[in-house]
Amino acid sequence: MELFAGYQPGPFFDEMFGTNGAVRSHCAPLLSRFGQLDRSDFLTRKANSELYFLRQGITFNVYHDDRGMERIFPFDPIPRVMAADEWETLEAGLAQRIVALNLFLHDIYHDQRILADEVIPRHYIERARHYRPEFRGVDVPQDIFIHICGSDLIRGADGTYHVLEDNGRCPSGASYLLENRNALKRAFPALFEEMGVRSVDSYPRDLLAMLQHISPRRDDAPVCVLLTPGCHNSAYFEHCYLARQMGIDIVEGGDLVVVDKFVYMRTTRGLRRVDVIYRRIDDDFLDPVVFRKDSVLGVPGLMNAYREGNVALANAVGTGVADDKVIYYFVPRMIEYYLGQKPLLPNVPTYLASEERDLRFILGHLPELVVKAANESGGYGMLMGPSATPAEIEAFRERIIADPRNYIAQPVVSLSRAPTWCDGAVEGRHVDLRPYIIYGSEVKIVPGGLTRVALKKDSLVVNSSQGGGSKDTWVLRH
Amino acid sequence: MLSRVANTLYWMVRHVERADNLARLIDVNQQLLLDHERLDSERLRDFWQPIILSTGDDAMFNTLYDHAGGPEVIRFLSDDTRNPNSIISCIGQARENARMVRDQISDELWEALNALHLFTRSEEAVRLIAEDPPRYYENIRRSSETFLGIAAATMARNEAWDFMDLGRHLERADKTTRFLDVVNYLPIAEGGGEPGALHWSAILRSCGALGAFRVGGRAPDARGVADFLIFSREFPRAVRYCVERVDASLHRISGTPRGMFANEAEREAGRLLAELNFGTLDDAFAEGLHTYLDTLQDRFNRIGDAIFETYVLLPERAVAPPGSESRSLAELSTWQMQQQQQ
Repeated sequence: MELFAGYQPGPFFDEMFGTNGAVRSHCAPLLSRFGQLDRSDFLTRKANSELYFLRQGITFNVYHDDRGMERIFPFDPIPRVMAADEWETLEAGLAQRIVALNLFLHDIYHDQRILADEVIPRHYIERARHYRPEFRGVDVPQDIFIHICGSDLIRGADGTYHVLEDNGRCPSGASYLLENRNALKRAFPALFEEMGVRSVDSYPRDLLAMLQHISPRRDDAPVCVLLTPGCHNSAYFEHCYLARQMGIDIVEGGDLVVVDKFVYMRTTRGLRRVDVIYRRIDDDFLDPVVFRKDSVLGVPGLMNAYREGNVALANAVGTGVADDKVIYYFVPRMIEYYLGQKPLLPNVPTYLASEERDLRFILGHLPELVVKAANESGGYGMLMGPSATPAEIEAFRERIIADPRNYIAQPVVSLSRAPTWCDGAVEGRHVDLRPYIIYGSEVKIVPGGLTRVALKKDSLVVNSSQGGGSKDTWVLRH
Repeated sequence: MLSRVANTLYWMVRHVERADNLARLIDVNQQLLLDHERLDSERLRDFWQPIILSTGDDAMFNTLYDHAGGPEVIRFLSDDTRNPNSIISCIGQARENARMVRDQISDELWEALNALHLFTRSEEAVRLIAEDPPRYYENIRRSSETFLGIAAATMARNEAWDFMDLGRHLERADKTTRFLDVVNYLPIAEGGGEPGALHWSAILRSCGALGAFRVGGRAPDARGVADFLIFSREFPRAVRYCVERVDASLHRISGTPRGMFANEAEREAGRLLAELNFGTLDDAFAEGLHTYLDTLQDRFNRIGDAIFETYVLLPERAVAPPGSESRSLAELSTWQMQQQQQ
């Protein structure tokens, strides 16, 4: 038990230990296996898995240092383990959520019943930054808008899972989920057998099956491509990785051309028709004719082909409206409205600054709340009340009053913690979970997801841009 | 396959081949210099000049370095990231090319190239260049050969392979002519006279050709070595062998029968191959070896340009999107690429 000697779960929900300090039963085999490792053995395995990432080039550049070695994204070798029944509950809740979100998007871009019935106030939709009114009435293949969703889950002090946000535009990170698993399989091969860990390797197959499912061309094998912003994007490794796993071409905007409302790619043998585009570019940059005129990443004319139904996009245009943190507030209502069901996964309690009563509450309790801009991601545009200086709080107060529609507030959820290797000892660090939900002919979710961990002591911010790392997530078979 | 991908694969291999040959060129030059100990810096400079010209930029070297001694030239050609054609830069570019088309190449190939890239940027590399340059160049050569071996063992023989093969042989043919050309820049040996067997053996060794050359029972003199490295149809670094491979790859890509042509690249390559097939060493020497080699290098460039025109530009020239200034296009696109993340 050398590694875990002196481990303190602390006053948080701990993924491995219960309140009485005893190991949770589904984690017991893991603890006993890690307990048999001595320090040097553990460090060797850790170094090997890091070498694996380095050799695979799963790295990011340190700029302004032309000789500098690239660094790997921080990876913690102690997995987060989830019991079988726990996952089943999450799976059902996530599936319910993506179905409701898709019904909502169809509705918003067609009849807008949910607005007419005043379940969601109309002005919230019309003032959502990513709402695309010009695409009202456009039918999308198979009526699916969000094909891939990354919904972030967190656990509070009592261990209840909450949805923190839905990422319905181009969620990234799935390649880390797959590569974390590869790295851990090399480090601890026997443990997988012994514990009965569910496999995650169907992800690329599920993704490809979904892309083929939405092809507008029925007579022939669909040609699917992955559209990347290019090799300077921090997720470029992931784009290549997924394209390769699926066996489809990875293309840049300049590789595609639209002729008579059909999309083609430029090949050494001339133009070849493209049916489905898994795009990893935001709406704004997709087509300079329709969206940002200065986009050099997109394809002029792409939206014409899309409106004609000659090409399918995953995800569809305009899904960002569901990412808006104000719209997030209404997701439980959508589930009840469209499905007539109770939400299986709760939201984090949320206050809308644009509602008079909520605003008063927010302004009166800023030092206790987390305030977020409605349309930011990556941990930006955020106020962490408890750790903010009075000056920061006052600055945010002014911003909220100036533009209440753009802000929401939530109580601080003291994310659960998981044992993590930190510079010489195992200590508790806060984690969240991003599962990847695929919606094609059916809903598919690979067991678990990407566990992101805030490596800085006491930090609650798990984003990789702000000192976060990741862990492998093990969902047990039994 | 995508035109951009074809172009990237072609350049990935060209860059590796270029680094490999550069390592060989520097190594052979250093060996030859051992025979000329008392060189002042001006003559030393003349001696390195052709390599600097063939890989980088004379003016750049002059701005970067005050003194033009052996160590400076070696640093400039090997380890200087400011020189876009140094070994370290070529490997860096090859690796960047590989990163762009990782979905097309095997994991093993990527790992080999990535490992070479990590080596060129390691402390170990810096130490070797300072203390034991031959070991450094040997490392580069070995790793390049490993790269080629893994490529041969793991890549399907499809269009991607053909473009890689094109890049390799075009680059290699060019560099072989530069090995042969070294003699034109050698300082006059002590007591005058033509460079002897030692010189030609060194050239052969740096091409890894010594063994193959000896099998033919030839004498290591100017005619014997030039004949072998230009006209051999068997030795993989010989010009004729390389041009034959270029011609074959081009025809496999387009499906045009050998001996005919469907585009400018095939016409240029076919014509050059015919000249090599039916030409003789006497033609080369009648023209003057240096001029003859210069002409070959021009021909290689023409083939390279025609490949680009045919396969990369032709499937419709990329149109700059409206409203974008070409000056800042690269910057703008880098910035936009970095923004796209959720």
